[in-house]
This record gives sequence, C-alpha cells and structure tokens, in this order.
Amino acid sequence: MSILVNRNTRVLVQGITGNEGLFHSEQMIQYGTQVAAGVTPGKGGEWVLGGKIPVFDSVKLAMEATGVNTSVIFVPARFAADAMFEATDAGIPLIVCITEGVPVQDMMQVRNYLDQKKVRLVGPNCPGLLTPGESKVGIIPGNIASAGNIGVVSRSGTLTYEVLYALALAGMGASTCVGIGGDPINGTNFIDVLELFEHDPQTEKIVLIGEIGGTDEDRAAEYIAANLTKPVVAFIAGQTAPPGKRMGHAGAIIEGSAGTAADKIKALESAGVKIAKHPEEIPLLLK
Amino acid sequence: MKLHEYQSKLIFAKYGIPIPKGRVAATAQEARHIAEELGGRVVIKSQVLVGGRGKAGGIKLAKNPEEAEQLATQILEMEIKSLPVRKVLVDEAAAIESEIYFSITNDRAKKKPVMIASSAGGIEIEEVAAQTPEKIIQIHIDPLLGLRDYQARDLAASIDLPRDHWKEFGRIAQALWQIYHETDATLAEINPLVITKEKKLLALDGKMIIDDNALFRHPDLAEMRDLDEEAPEETTARKYGLSYIKLDGNIGCMVNGAGLAMTSMDIVKLFGGEPANFLDIGGGASHEKVAAAMRIILSDPNVRAILLNIFGGITRCDEVARGILAAMDEVKPKIPMVVRLVGTNAEEGRKLLADAKMITAETLADAAKKAVAAVGKTASTRIPVMQESVVPVGAPPAKNHQKNRSVR
Repeated sequence: MSILVNRNTRVLVQGITGNEGLFHSEQMIQYGTQVAAGVTPGKGGEWVLGGKIPVFDSVKLAMEATGVNTSVIFVPARFAADAMFEATDAGIPLIVCITEGVPVQDMMQVRNYLDQKKVRLVGPNCPGLLTPGESKVGIIPGNIASAGNIGVVSRSGTLTYEVLYALALAGMGASTCVGIGGDPINGTNFIDVLELFEHDPQTEKIVLIGEIGGTDEDRAAEYIAANLTKPVVAFIAGQTAPPGKRMGHAGAIIEGSAGTAADKIKALESAGVKIAKHPEEIPLLLK
Repeated sequence: MKLHEYQSKLIFAKYGIPIPKGRVAATAQEARHIAEELGGRVVIKSQVLVGGRGKAGGIKLAKNPEEAEQLATQILEMEIKSLPVRKVLVDEAAAIESEIYFSITNDRAKKKPVMIASSAGGIEIEEVAAQTPEKIIQIHIDPLLGLRDYQARDLAASIDLPRDHWKEFGRIAQALWQIYHETDATLAEINPLVITKEKKLLALDGKMIIDDNALFRHPDLAEMRDLDEEAPEETTARKYGLSYIKLDGNIGCMVNGAGLAMTSMDIVKLFGGEPANFLDIGGGASHEKVAAAMRIILSDPNVRAILLNIFGGITRCDEVARGILAAMDEVKPKIPMVVRLVGTNAEEGRKLLADAKMITAETLADAAKKAVAAVGKTASTRIPVMQESVVPVGAPPAKNHQKNRSVR
C-alpha cells in the first residue's frame, strides 16, 4: 500500500510538448509510471516520445479517450491556473501542479473553486509524488529513493531529495513521498497527508519537512498531538534565516509573530515530534 | 515588490480614493516650490520602503514654504533603518478628526483575501491588534465573488463609523478591492484613512506590495520598482532569475532550491560558521546563471570560503560545474571552495571540476564542516571547528558538536 499514487495510477501530462513536460514525461515513463496521454492546446493529434504518447487539445478529450485519473501540470505560470481549472472541470480527481511562480491571487481562486469540488490538488511549486518502485508523478529523481515504510511529506523541493537520499543511505525507504509545495496558497496540506499516512498500513513512521513562513507546521503539530499514533520526525529549514520581510501592518495583524523556525519547532516538540538538527540526522531519529 | 507611499497613493487616486493634494520631490528646492503651490501648511514625508518613518523623524509638519525647504533638507540627509532618503512627498496638511485603519491582504491560512478595518488607526495599529484585538475587524472576501457591498457596510458598522460616511466608505472599500485585485497586490493598506474636520474621508498614507510572480501581467507596475532601495547584487540576481539575500557572515553559499539553501545555511551555522548569503539558483539553472551567481557571491568582500551544494533534479550537475569553471576563469578567486554535487549528472560534474583544486564533500554535513574549517584556516582569528577525525561518518553531529565544545 501507499498513498495517492501507485502502479495503477494513469497519468495525464498537461504541457507535455514543452521542454520540462517532455523531459519529465520521459523520466516518469522510465521509472515505470503509466503516462497515458498529454495535453497541449493546438497540438491535439500529435504523438510524442517515440510515438508512444498521444497528445490531445483538451483535458476532457484526453480523459474520454484514455481514462486517465491523475494529471500533472508543467505549463508556464501564467497558464497554470487555467490548467488547474480545466483539469477540475474535466473531473480529474487528483491534480499535481509542478509549475513554480503562480500568482497568489490565481491560487486563491483555484483553491476556493476546488474546495467546492471533490478534487485533490498537490502543489503548485512542488516536486510531486513518488511511491518508490511503483510510480512517480512529478520531478523527484526516482533513483535516490528506495521503497520502505516511512511516509515523507515536505514543503520543499530539493530538500526533500536530500532527505530521501539520507534515508536511502541509511538503508531506509519511503512508502510515499509527497511534496506539497512551498507557496503561500496551495492545495493539499500537511494535515491532509498526515491523515492519509496514519491510515496507510504500509507507513509505520512519518517524516515532516517544513520551513519558515506561515502557520501550517503549527496546525500540523496540533493535529499530530490530537490524532496521530505513528511516530513523527521533523526538520524545519530556515532556523538561521534573517527575519522575513514584513508585509506591512496587515501581515502582523493576520499572522502575529508566528512563522519562525523556533516557533514551529517548539509547537512540534510539544506534540511529541522529534526534531532533527539537519537532514542527515533524520535517519538516526527514526531508529 | 513594495511601492512607495507616493506611488501607492497615485494608484489610489486613479481608482477614485481621495488623497491629499501633493507631489514628490527629490530636492529641498522642489519641496519648497510644491509647498508654495499648495499654500498653507504641508507635511514633508520621507519616501523609503520601510516602516517607522514617523518615529525616526522622517515625517514633519511645515508651516510655510521656507520651513518646508528647511525640513526637506534635513529629511533628505537622513537614513532610516540604514536606507538613505532620496525623495520626499510634500502633501497638503489635513485637519484630522479621527483616524481609521483600512487594508486588504492575503490570509494564507483561510486561503482568502481579508479586509481589515479598525477605528483605532494610526501608527500604533499593531499595538491595538495585540492589546485590544476586538477593535480590529476582519471580513474575508470570496475571491470568486469579490467584495460585496453589504460586506463593506458591515465593516463600516463594526468600526462604529458614523452613518453619514457609510456610502463614501463603501466606495473607498470597492476601490481598494479593485486595486488589490487588478494590480495583483498582496497588500493594499490605507493607514490612516482619516475623517477630516470638514467631514470628508481622506487616505493620508498608503502602502502597497505587488506579487512579484504576477508582474508579468503588469509591466507598468514593474517599471515602478525603485532600484535605489535594494542592494545592487540583489538587482543583478533578479535579472538572472536568482534569489539572493546578503547576510553578515563569511561563507558564501550557492544552492539549488530555497529549502535546501536555508538548510545549508542552518548547517553552516550549526557547525560554527556564519553564512554570507542566501542564494538559490532555482531549478534547471544554466551555466550562465551559475556563473552570474558565482560573481555575485565573490563581489562580497567578506566572503572567505564558498560552499556549493547542488542536489540535481531538474538541475544538471555538469551544467553547474561548467558555470563554476567559467566564473572562476573570469574572476580567479583565491578563496577555498567546497563543492558537493549529488543527483542528476553528478559524476560528469565532478569530473569537470576534478582539476579545479576544489575541496569535495559527500554529505551536506561534511560539506558544511569543510567550509567552516576552510574559513578557520584563512581567517586571522581561528573559528573553532570540529576536527574531521573526531567525527565518525553517520554519528549524530549534535553530540559531537557538544563534545567538541567541552574539549575547547
């Protein structure tokens, strides 16, 4: 078992004919992911990647023809919100948006629309999902992680790779790794993933990787204290970062003084979470 | 991207929010001319992109043009929070009856824009929020529906605004919402919005922050960026799509990914070093971009050693290596460099750097320790570092750190 993606996941790539879309589609296929179709408006009818993958003009057409159940988005930031709306309206139940730099007001509209539908969004600005040995949906380098019983959830990209690599070097593996992305407004959050891991029989322990800014880690801490039976190890990046650029008075009114690494660490520690001082310490704390 | 007060207020005026008469001046003479035009008392306001201008003495009231010139001279010589004042706004002074706080910003926890108002406006608003939160009223706006008129009325009623002003307040609220939405602002703030003795609403001060990610659809706003207000290296970094923040330490850091960059800084500090900067080269960086990053790091005279930590995913390590070599060829740095390449094309990258006399490292902790040690060797005062031999691979670093301390 795993969460969100497995060997049966059938993937649609939105933006498949772009540089990144094409490169990572190939990487996903090599890893064993079932990439079934791509979408690039205006290029419907073409075939890419050695003539193996059909391209459609719209998500709806791709879905009808190939029965995909997950979409991964590589389109440029200015088109990303539209791509997410399109996938949602076509009825794709799981959307993974890799695109970085999506305007925050676009994301507020997307998120509020998605909340009215039964759709799960992971990202944007995230590395995607990896269930080692089964499927990867996104850009996490597959070769650095091995299969195992540790659920990994992270707000970061390359820092997640660092952690997967450290786990693999220590002989440990991941059940599923979920990169939820570092943007202020995103889809799936820590609590959603913690809940999934708690109910996943393969996952025995959980690694949570957070960073400064926002209050998601604090809320995750409350959730852990109240609901989780599985042990959690966390790492928070940005312990030495200079105080963030303040968003005028309004930011202070909304978020108060929360958002520092020290606050998050304190909240997680009081929920019984072990805190690693650096990523390579995580495997030691999992033992 | 932050906008100056005068820029924010020009946008306010364009959307029909009443602002005082006034203009911006770069010299004291200009300030005097503007004061003469306006007649009567004026306020001279320093234009710098930090808060606390009033408390720092950067906002002064002048009774006549002569005094305006004199005060503008003083203010234009000031530095506020180490930012030199280059411009002043000369505004007609208002006769204030009461001050309101009014803003729209993003509430990331609720995933919605939030309109905030308080009858206790002015410079102490954060105090008010901390001491008497009931005086701060928040109304969340559905981003798919926009601000509804009734919400503005509710807000006006909640802050006990006299009914005579509700209509005007409603118009200002709609204008502020339009501004926030149409300019992709992450903050549009009027503080204070005053009721004048003439019973009019007037936006005396304004602050706006525009979402950098949305500037592609606002070329007019992008041009308003004040390059004088940021370090030249930060301007260069943005040109190349790098994210750079200068710090006070002496170990230059180049990393791909913001989280990993922060982590690398944290580890440098954990092992007794001080990072000189935060630098994220982003995903899929080309060798030109890496070379630019290297030049930016080396332009900081405090840098005594460089730590390069690249975990290749989209980023290819051989491409990074080529950028490093190009920059080294050009700048010929004499300081030690510690390089760690892992992931996509790491082997090719290491081969390219094999002849470049760099210190290589396998793990992140190892790389950080070596960078700290390298600075220790070049610095006049030796920074205590862990001895390489004391640390068995895979041992808990924190414990070793402690042990090392007790030895010292």
